Amino acid sequence: MEGITNIGLGYLSAALGAGMVAWGAGLGISRIAAAACEGIARQPEAAGDIRISMLITAAMIEVIGLIGAVSCIMMALRT
Amino acid sequence: MNILNSLSNNLLYLTYQGHEVAQHAAENEEKLGDVVLHHIGDTHEFEIFSLKLPLPEFEFFGIDLSITKHVVMLWLAAVLVFLVFNYGFRWNRMVPKGKLTGFFEPIVVFVRDEIVYMNFGKEGKNFLPFFLTVFFFILFMNLLGLIPFMATATSNVSVTGALAAVSFILIHFSGIMRHGFFKHWRNFIPPGIPWWIGLIMLPLEIIGTTGRSFALCIRLFASMTAGHMVILAFLGLIIVLHNIFVGLFSVPAALIVFILEIFFAFLQAYIFTFLSALFISMTYHGAH
Repeated sequence: MEGITNIGLGYLSAALGAGMVAWGAGLGISRIAAAACEGIARQPEAAGDIRISMLITAAMIEVIGLIGAVSCIMMALRT
Repeated sequence: MNILNSLSNNLLYLTYQGHEVAQHAAENEEKLGDVVLHHIGDTHEFEIFSLKLPLPEFEFFGIDLSITKHVVMLWLAAVLVFLVFNYGFRWNRMVPKGKLTGFFEPIVVFVRDEIVYMNFGKEGKNFLPFFLTVFFFILFMNLLGLIPFMATATSNVSVTGALAAVSFILIHFSGIMRHGFFKHWRNFIPPGIPWWIGLIMLPLEIIGTTGRSFALCIRLFASMTAGHMVILAFLGLIIVLHNIFVGLFSVPAALIVFILEIFFAFLQAYIFTFLSALFISMTYHGAH
């Protein structure tokens, strides 16, 4: 167990964090896209409103992913 | 057959040479993280084609007010917004004429109809200058960051923090101006609940407004910073691996992310303005 150092653990956690944040953001935005596609399929004349709502909520959830990724990058660059 | 053999031999030699160079130069080379931070972060000099122009640094009672690259970008965006909307929007007739006006007029009408009038109704005319300024200022700052040798001012957390602070001040100030000082805080509590629940709810709602402004700040900052970081990471991968054939995959990927960045510049400006309008209209109209 001598090979495991604090710096190694720091890098490991940063990489794991970035990966898991990508997983969460991907799941969230894919659900939005699925619901939006279903809504447009049911009512094609509401496509404009649905598209705007989809873009806004996708950007909001994507930012949570970006916050996690930027925190992981900060941690990896300062280790 | 001979040509293929010699070509593959050359390729193998180039990759092996690259690996050798990497092993030799790994000790005294600057790390990729420092290069990325240097390009995205704020620097005290302005760099054009390896010509470094030092910018004045001065302190004011301990607060660092030196003119850095991001400050120059802020001023440039402000001057551009002023020039475009001062000289592009002067006309004395009903129908606008001219290419600059014709380019920006649909965007102005879009901000007016979809953002301000949708949240405030027709009486939001008083808020139009603020939201138009915020939208075009953020948009110009984001787009200026995509030009080579210029930086994105919004990838500085102080800039987005200041913009979010202005939104926060306007959230409370517009409510106080409209409803009066005590009625504004009373509007956070829904009617018809016991007084002790309202007393606990009021600090939570105030913290909610600060949390929303903080999210506005972080959203803009993280979007702009992450976009540039991805481009720099893709292109830095060529240098880190010391292999030029990584560029065949790296440069198209960086190009696609660049195109996505243009779209994100517009989208983040729109989202900041829209959410600011939403939060301000919530206290302006009295949320409950």
